Parts: sequence; C-alpha cells; structure tokens
Amino acid sequence: MSATTDTLADAGHGHGHDVHHHGPAKGIRRWLTTTNHKDIGTMYLVFSLIMFLIGGSMALVVRAELFVPGMQLVDPGFFNTMTTVHALIMVFGAVMPATVGLGNWMIPLQIGAPDMALPRMNNFSFWLLVAAFSLLILSLFMPGGGPASGWTLYPPLVLQTGDALPLAIFAIHLAGASSIMGAINIIVTIMNMRAPGMTLLAMPMFVWTWLITAYLLIAVMPVFAGAVTMLLTDHFFGSTFFSAAGGGDPVLYQHIFWFFGHPEVYIMILPAFGIVSEIIPTFARKKLFGYDSMVYATASIAFLSFIVWAHHMFTVGMPLAGEMFFMLATMLIAVPTGVKVFNWTATMWKGSISFEPPMLFALAFLFLFTIGGFSGLMMAIVPVDFQYHDTYFIVAHFHYVLVPGAVFAIMGAVYYWLPKWTGHMYDMKLAKLHFWLSAIFVNVLFFPQHFLGLAGMPRRIPDYATQFADWNMVSSIGGFGFGLSQLLFVYLIWRCVRGGAPASAVVWDGARSHGLEWTVPSPAPYHTFDEPPTVRGGEMHS
Amino acid sequence: MKSPKRDLAGGVALLLAAAPAYAAWDLNLRVGVTPLSRDIYGLHMLILWVCVAIAVAVFAVMIYSVATFRHSKGATPANFDHSTLAEVIWTIVPVLILVFMAIPAARTLVAIEDSSGSELTVKVTGYQWKWQYEYVEHGVSFFSTLARRHDAARQLDSGVDPRTIDNYLLEVDNPLVVPQGVKIRVLVTAADVIHAWWVPDFGMKKDAIPGFINELWFTADKAGTYRGQCAELCGRDHGFMPVVVEVVPRAEFDAWLAARKTTE
Repeated sequence: MSATTDTLADAGHGHGHDVHHHGPAKGIRRWLTTTNHKDIGTMYLVFSLIMFLIGGSMALVVRAELFVPGMQLVDPGFFNTMTTVHALIMVFGAVMPATVGLGNWMIPLQIGAPDMALPRMNNFSFWLLVAAFSLLILSLFMPGGGPASGWTLYPPLVLQTGDALPLAIFAIHLAGASSIMGAINIIVTIMNMRAPGMTLLAMPMFVWTWLITAYLLIAVMPVFAGAVTMLLTDHFFGSTFFSAAGGGDPVLYQHIFWFFGHPEVYIMILPAFGIVSEIIPTFARKKLFGYDSMVYATASIAFLSFIVWAHHMFTVGMPLAGEMFFMLATMLIAVPTGVKVFNWTATMWKGSISFEPPMLFALAFLFLFTIGGFSGLMMAIVPVDFQYHDTYFIVAHFHYVLVPGAVFAIMGAVYYWLPKWTGHMYDMKLAKLHFWLSAIFVNVLFFPQHFLGLAGMPRRIPDYATQFADWNMVSSIGGFGFGLSQLLFVYLIWRCVRGGAPASAVVWDGARSHGLEWTVPSPAPYHTFDEPPTVRGGEMHS
Repeated sequence: MKSPKRDLAGGVALLLAAAPAYAAWDLNLRVGVTPLSRDIYGLHMLILWVCVAIAVAVFAVMIYSVATFRHSKGATPANFDHSTLAEVIWTIVPVLILVFMAIPAARTLVAIEDSSGSELTVKVTGYQWKWQYEYVEHGVSFFSTLARRHDAARQLDSGVDPRTIDNYLLEVDNPLVVPQGVKIRVLVTAADVIHAWWVPDFGMKKDAIPGFINELWFTADKAGTYRGQCAELCGRDHGFMPVVVEVVPRAEFDAWLAARKTTE
C-alpha cells in the first residue's frame, strides 16, 4: 500500500478551516434538507449501491432459472419482469446515480468550487430519484405484474402491460427530470465556478467527461420522456403513434428510443472514461498521455453517439442506404475509442506503476472494456449483426462494457476517493480480494455468453434447448460468484466509514501533483474552497 | 485468452456433474447452408481474427507495461505526455483497418438486400405465440406451434427432464417445408406484437412487425431440418415459439404441396 503518511501541512493553502459555517444539521433533517454537495453526493452513492444490490438480486433470479434447462423457479412472465426491471434499475438506478454521486462529490473539489452552483435543485433532483424508484418497485406489485416488455419498452408489446405501465412511465419521467436537473447543475457549476486560472483545457478529465455527459443528458432525456409519453397516450387516450391500424408505426418508437438510447450508453461510459483517466496517471506516477486528444476523442464519441442509433435495430427492415450509413458511422466510433485506449496504455508506458485497488479496477477496465469494444465493432457489421442481433452475443457485449466497464470504473473511483471522503484508509487486502473475485467471476459470468449467442441462443428466454445447457450453467455459477462477492464491497465500505487508519490529504503516493481534491484534508471538511485556490495554467489535469 | 478460461469453465462444470454426455460446448457461429450464411460466416471470421490480432498487439503492450514499469521494481516515471506522431498513427491505422472490413461487409449487404428472382414466396405471420406460414402463390396456409410434448415438458415443475426430449423446445407440429436449391422469398409480418423470424443456418433474421411487411430471402442448398426461434421479445411465451424448416428435394416438395392443397 502506498498511502503516504504526509501530514496535512501541504493541504492548507488557507481555504477556510476556521469555522464561519455551521456544520451539518443533526439527525435525519441533515439528509432530507441538505444542500451540501458532499452530503448529496453521499446520498446518491448510497442510493446507487442499494439499487445495485436490488437490481443484482433480480439478475440472480434470472441466472438461477437459467442454471439448467426446464422451468424450475418462476413463471415465464415473471422472468420477463425480472430481466426488464433488472435493466431499468441498473441503468437508471445504479450506474447513472453512481456517476452523478461521484460528480457531486468530486467536481466542486476538482475545480476548486465551494459547492454546486444550484444546491437546492441538487437536493430536489436526488429526492426525485427516490420517488422514481419507489414507483418503479411498486409497479412490481400491480395487477398484471410488473413491466415485462424489456427495458426498451417496445410497443405494441409494452401496451399489454397491466397497471404497472403508468407507474413505470411516471418513474421514467421523474428519473429523467432528476437527470436533467443534475445535468444543468453540473454544466452551470463547471462553466461558472472554476477556480481562477483553471481554463477549460486545464480541467481534470473526470470534469471534462462529466461536462460532455451532462450535455448528452440534456439532449436526450427529453426525447425519451417524449417517447414514453406517446406510449402513455397510445394506451390511455386512444392515440396511435405506434399502431399501424391508426396510421402510426411501431418502429417509430424504436427510432425515438434509440436516439435517446445510444447517447444513453455514453452517458454511462463517459464518466467511467474520466475516472480511469484520473486513476491511471496517479498509479503510473506519470501525466496522462495526450490530454488534448482525450478531450477531443470524448467529444467525438459524444457527437457520433447521435448518428448511430439505428444500429440497435438493423433487423427492423431498413433501406440499404440506411443500413450502410449506420454501419459506417458505427464503425467510426472505434477510432476515438481506440485513441482513448491507446492513450491510457501510453500513460502506463515507462511509468512507475503500483497496484492499489483503484488501479486494479482501472486495469481490469482497460482489458475488459476493450473486449466489449471489439464485440461492439463486430456488431456494427450489418450482415453479421443479422446473426448476432437479439442473441446472447449482444447480452455479453453490453455487459462487458457496462459491468467490467462502467461498474468497475465506479468501484475504482470509490476505492480511489473513499479515503478522501471518510478520512480513513480501508482494508487493502480485503479490497484486493474483492477485486480478484469480481474480476474472475465477471468473466466466468459473461464470457460464455458470447459462445451462447453465437451458437444461437436468443436473449430474454426463460428456458432453452439443451445444447445451450453447459455454458448457461457456467454463466450462472459466475453470476452467483460475482453477486456474492459484492457483499464484500458493502462490508468494506461500511467498515471504512466506521473507522480505520487515518488517511493523509494526498492519500496516494502518486496523487501529489494530480488535482485540487488532494489539497484539502481527509476527510474533506464539510465546506471546502470558501476562497478559491489559484491554479497555475495547465497544472491541474493529470 | 479464451482457452484457459474455457478450460477453467469446463472444469467447474464437470465438477458439478453437468451431464458431460450431453455436453455441447459450442463456441462459434454456424456456417449454415445458404450462400449468404456462408458469406456471413466468412465475414464474421474475418472480423473476429482482425479483432483478435489487434487485441493481441494492444494487450501485449499493456501486459508488458504492467510487468515492466513497476514501482516495486524501482521504475522511475518518464516525463513525456504526448507524441503527435504516435497519435496520428493510431488514429489513421484504425481507419484503414475499418475500410478494409467495410468493403466485404458492404458487398455482402448488397447481396442480402437483393431478393429479386425468387421462385417461391412464403408469407410468415407471427402471433403470440406461434407462426403462420402461407404459400402465397399456392393458397396453402397453416399454423406452426411448439410440439405438445415439448409444451408439456416446459411447464413449471413439469417433472420432465428436458434432456430426455430430442430437440427440446425446437420442435413444432407443422414445420415449414421448402424446396432445396430454390431462391425463396419470405415476407415477414405479425398480427399482434413484434416478433422476429430467425433460422441461424440461413444466416437471416428479420423482425415481424404488425402492419408492415418485411422481406428476406434464402437458398438452402442442403436438404435437412433447420431450427431457429423467435428472436424478438414478444411476451410471456417468447421462448416457446420455435421456427422449424424442412428443406427437401424439389420433387418431394411438389408432392408435399399437392397433398397439402387437397387437404385444404
């Protein structure tokens, strides 16, 4: 372990530790009414962890049913509910709130701002999220069962949902409103509250990726809200946006959905890119390679994300020209993504690497996200996508980019900044154990799904032909191994919050020159940067 | 990096007595029995190997870095943080590789979309949860549903071991019958929700969308029974509406069609 034992001497630069402020309110009111970015960040992260466990349990129901062929545990309808709600919870309840929580905590600390620009809205957007997911979970208990049409909510199937439909749609509306408010807050904060001297091209990569993500959110969440509102009117008010019988078109929904859905993919992964760009330089003890090209690559990926949506739906029957366009545009994404992977590799080249838990997660991200990138490139090729589409190959692909991709980056971020948040070092041995169990089981879980998909197993089926039995059993074993390993993560965080060896301000040996967050004491005081620090040009990004 | 994982995975499953007698550790796409499916398979393998080659190169550099430039070995960090030449190279080279992949892909795609010159048209309609097949030029049509024995076995806690049933969940009462070596145009639509008609050995999958008619074609040059499934989530029994196609010699098909016409 390389946490330094530096005193807080170099941490001071006089940003107001003599208490002019009142501290946090006492008891539950602190959390209900707080406008403090650190408290709200914490609430987002705890919320995300709870949702991760709930969504994960649903995935385990799916993997348990798929352990052997035949129906043993659940009704096929309930199976569909589990796949659907698992995805909705993981996307909107676990991954997105985790990155928002990290952004809330770290953006002000990284840009030298005292708080988020719009603190009351910050509080509101968190509590809206709680309301949203209460509605979604409530929808499971409605007559007719929970939403079971897949998280994409394609009509006409979704219109067969029972009383759960309006609940799920309002849940999406609330979660979307929450995301939009969060995004506005992040943009306003970054644009207006940077410390003097911190130009845009001097910002840490995490701040950059979040800025771009926030613009994506503002651009596409309203589109999604519009799509589900049309579902609502089709179902309750006799409109026929998505019904051919009334002059509509079910495929129209898919276009609108994926116009939201593809940028949504990058909303989940861009902050992860930012996190990895923070962690790797710290533990390679070397500046991030190609900072400028990292920024431009992130922006290019964000731009391309708006013109590739139809690659999610090549089988709907598109004109040849459409298929060509979306194939070529999609393949182009490999270029900026490649630049990022190469830059991270070049950052490690001739560095001085140590392997603390955050770095282990960042390294696993680098390898496993790249595998997900390759399968993504394969799926861009329309003729072969006609075979891959809606099979387990797709399931394997997007889980590779989302679990050892986004989720591992988030876990890496938690291990990176947890000492800064709590003021305690955590148990390194236990964290490494958590890493190795997760990294091994995630591959046992998802790698065989490539084989299943290629061999012809469709996704979203509760039972399967016997030739798929073996890899399904392996995958389920990996699933339970991965799921149970996460209990270690929860235990470890709990223990770190309760106590542990005191962490220094710099925390990590290599963090000395990286970012303003390491100039404040650990734990970060309730109020930081009352007076803005001065940043000398170009120094703060890693 | 596949094989150690495969060994590990295989070992775990064997430990748990995963009925090795039924083992089918399929890893790859099927070559299939149509010219298109073979093209698609070739394309798949081409891209796969390109990806594997890039992965080997990139992962080798990553592994070398992680193994060599270690703090614990006393490595001192270098000071460079960009190299315009390197960045230009690793932007341009991927573009060239992509062009190399896009050309054969575009060629195959054009062939896939050319359904002209077909000799037989079959209209496929998806229902929750069965298929209807209609020989448009011959006025023959029938439904195709999961075979009863399979349907009984797949009920919750049926007590039937799926391994005792041949082609579990991939058997129907009335399969689609088509002639061998003939270009067949399939019109795909649906009556209720969206389904997708898919036979992996034909290389083709198309969504069946209520109110719209999609098109695909195949020429199966080998007689036999080919099995697939509905590929678009269509509700509770989405997993239980298989597609079974019997490809038979021309004469046999004509006889079958004639017999079918008299029973209609």
